[in-house]
Amino acid sequence: MFGYYFKLALRSLRRNLVLTGLMVIAIGVGIGASMTMLTIYRAASGDPIPQKSAVLFVPQIDNFGPQPNAPPNQDFLPQDLTYMDAMALMRAHLGLRQAAMYATTQSITPPNAAQDPLEGYVRATYSDFFSMFDVPFEYGGPWGKAEDDTHASVVVLTRPFNDLLFDGMNSVGRMLTIGDKPYRVIGVLDDWHPSPRFYDLGQDSFTGTDQLFLPFTRAIDQQMSTSGNLNCDRAGPGSGWDGLLHSNCIWIHFWVELSTASGVSKYRTFLHDYAAAQRQSGRFNWPPHVALRDVVEWLTYNHVVPVAVGTLTSVSFAILFVCLINATGLMLAKFMARSGGVGVRRALGATRPAIFAQCLVEAGVIGLVGGLVGVGLTKIGLVSCRSVLPPDLSILTRLQGADVLIAVAVAIAVTLVAGLYPTWRATQVHPAAQLKTL
Amino acid sequence: MEFGPILSSLRRNKVGAALIALQIAVTLAVLCNALFIIQQQTALSRATSGVQDEASVFIITNRWIGDAGNVAAREQADLAALRALPQIADATVSNDHPLGGPVMVELITLRPDNPRSGTGAMVYEVDDHAINTLGLRLISGRNFRPDEVISRNGVGEHQAALGGVIVTQAVARALDPRGNVLGQRALIIPDGTTAPIIGVVDKLQSTPFAGNSPFAAQSMLLPYRTVESQVFYLVRTKPGQLTAGTTAARNELYRVSRRRIIVGIQSLTDARRDVYRGDRGVALIMGVVCAILLGVTAFGIIGLTSYWVSQRQRQIGIRRTLGATRGTILRYFQSENLLIAAAGAVLGILLALGANLWILRSIALARLPWIYLFVGAIAVLALGQLAVLWPALRASSVPPAIAARSA
Repeated sequence: MFGYYFKLALRSLRRNLVLTGLMVIAIGVGIGASMTMLTIYRAASGDPIPQKSAVLFVPQIDNFGPQPNAPPNQDFLPQDLTYMDAMALMRAHLGLRQAAMYATTQSITPPNAAQDPLEGYVRATYSDFFSMFDVPFEYGGPWGKAEDDTHASVVVLTRPFNDLLFDGMNSVGRMLTIGDKPYRVIGVLDDWHPSPRFYDLGQDSFTGTDQLFLPFTRAIDQQMSTSGNLNCDRAGPGSGWDGLLHSNCIWIHFWVELSTASGVSKYRTFLHDYAAAQRQSGRFNWPPHVALRDVVEWLTYNHVVPVAVGTLTSVSFAILFVCLINATGLMLAKFMARSGGVGVRRALGATRPAIFAQCLVEAGVIGLVGGLVGVGLTKIGLVSCRSVLPPDLSILTRLQGADVLIAVAVAIAVTLVAGLYPTWRATQVHPAAQLKTL
Repeated sequence: MEFGPILSSLRRNKVGAALIALQIAVTLAVLCNALFIIQQQTALSRATSGVQDEASVFIITNRWIGDAGNVAAREQADLAALRALPQIADATVSNDHPLGGPVMVELITLRPDNPRSGTGAMVYEVDDHAINTLGLRLISGRNFRPDEVISRNGVGEHQAALGGVIVTQAVARALDPRGNVLGQRALIIPDGTTAPIIGVVDKLQSTPFAGNSPFAAQSMLLPYRTVESQVFYLVRTKPGQLTAGTTAARNELYRVSRRRIIVGIQSLTDARRDVYRGDRGVALIMGVVCAILLGVTAFGIIGLTSYWVSQRQRQIGIRRTLGATRGTILRYFQSENLLIAAAGAVLGILLALGANLWILRSIALARLPWIYLFVGAIAVLALGQLAVLWPALRASSVPPAIAARSA
């Protein structure tokens, strides 16, 4: 029966090509607009490390005290830690793995004298960074605890940076000048682009510009200043590098891996006790205020999805809605224009459910074709959006195979919904009344 | 035109009419808000930075390689060399620039006993050439004297007192409602530095990231020679010499020393284009979205009205036989659409206000001005009239004989 209805649907759609075309275009435009923005939205709001996002946590400690003008719905916890607090958490060593980190920009002198020195975006961190975030390596590997402890002059390069400096060769063991000190390459990453760059949501968090990684302890020795946010309270950053390290300024990010629920609650207690101890020592004069958030909570807390993307996504769904109302109207016109034919079928014994099925199959065919048009429009839409939006709003917005299926399925589903009322109206046709007018 | 017959015929086509009205309502709601967002975004990207003739100013991002031992002396050598170039009018060194540089904010207050009375301001560490290089308009007071400019080595280092601070008018007003701040002693927190306010400039944008918040206009100039591994040289060329000036500057800096990375040389015009790319992109997409929406709605009206016309051919024929002119038929369909569109517009205005409230909560946008609702409503009514024109013309050409044929 389905095959027969399908054939009937095609024939009926061919009869009024203008109306059919309008319906297909309406569905296609609606699906195209909403899928385009949804793809961008999903890229912006996706889980960057799904396999571990539930066991990675950011601790936060209130080291600035209550804000008098803080809105009641925000907790106003500092986003980063002071150097002192970060070191205290490293020493406590309560997680399965943990790493303090910060970003710094340094001059890099390539070993090849023919190449000009260039700026390098460096992440100073601990050895646990690589195992905690499942960072893949192409050559060599991460440094270990020993290098952390000895403040070793070793460096890990990202693949694009290795391509730039060493033509993509295995550079493990080669030397590189960072600032004016030599470093030995110990590993080269394979492609790794967590997006958004959850572990540091500062500038460029979608384009993720880290190029080199070196031990945190070494970077502190070398007084490499942060290129990320540095926030201070009234006391300021103190005098010189040592002053900054002992100041109440926040600039260190910290991540800890806690694989069990009891580990998480233990860590919470530890943070609370730590803040209480700071109060006892006279550093804080407010009750402990701490938090521990996992990756997804952290991204939500930081409103990582650009507001513009959210707005455009809701607007695109308004388009889909208008397109559907449109399709409903057009289908109503189409089905009602065929009342005569429906009357004949009814008179020849077709039941209401049969008419219902026939009309729905026709709606489904419109949805199918509209969905295919929509996929094409989505591709065009994504390319256009990429060309006018900066990379941090439109990165990683490729249409995947599954998306095509989803788009077509959604198109068919919404067209069926839009077709429900016109279909119901068609089944209400009185055969006698129609036959009389023929 | 008689609305009575239109209403009674619409009553028989309730759903179709409601569908058109609903489309028009949603279109209007999106149109108003989208136009408003477009206006806001483009206004941001066109707002003046306070820099006169941006097309003649460029930024050199300079990074020293290795130990930054005598950076202060090296910077002075660079600046002297740049200023000596024939294409260049003036140059200064700063920690920042107004079109996308880093954000460094400190608090300035006139009342050390009550720091909360102060206001946040973007810190520009500059020498006595800044006002001339950027072409800032000094509305009262004076520029820094060369002997007031002192070296500052990183954020950690600060002085107990400075020779003076120059603030923007926005900062002056925030400190004193009448803007009467000249000569008063200000405290800068957390530096803990005090300085008399020696000048007020008309405008200097703090950072584009401040959007349209008041902070966008709150900046202060401190007479510090920034001594850091990375600084910005802000350079003004003589009129029309931007390209020649940038090339000459790059060569000259490399001639002075090769122990540097010139991370970038960019005109302020290009910096502006880059930093507002997202805003313009969003505005453009919104514009396209509006066009699509109007198109879809128009075609929806055409489709449904055409169907009504074909459905009512006999009635039209009868009316023609009874003496109705073509114009009457045309006006009938135009009025019918006007009625539906007007109902849709009323609903649309309510939807637009609701959507605006919702957007207000998510983006820092202002309340939707009435003019947008008005213009939007006119636009959708006009759209309806245009869209209905073709089916209405077809209706008016229905020959009266049709009535006789099938009766």
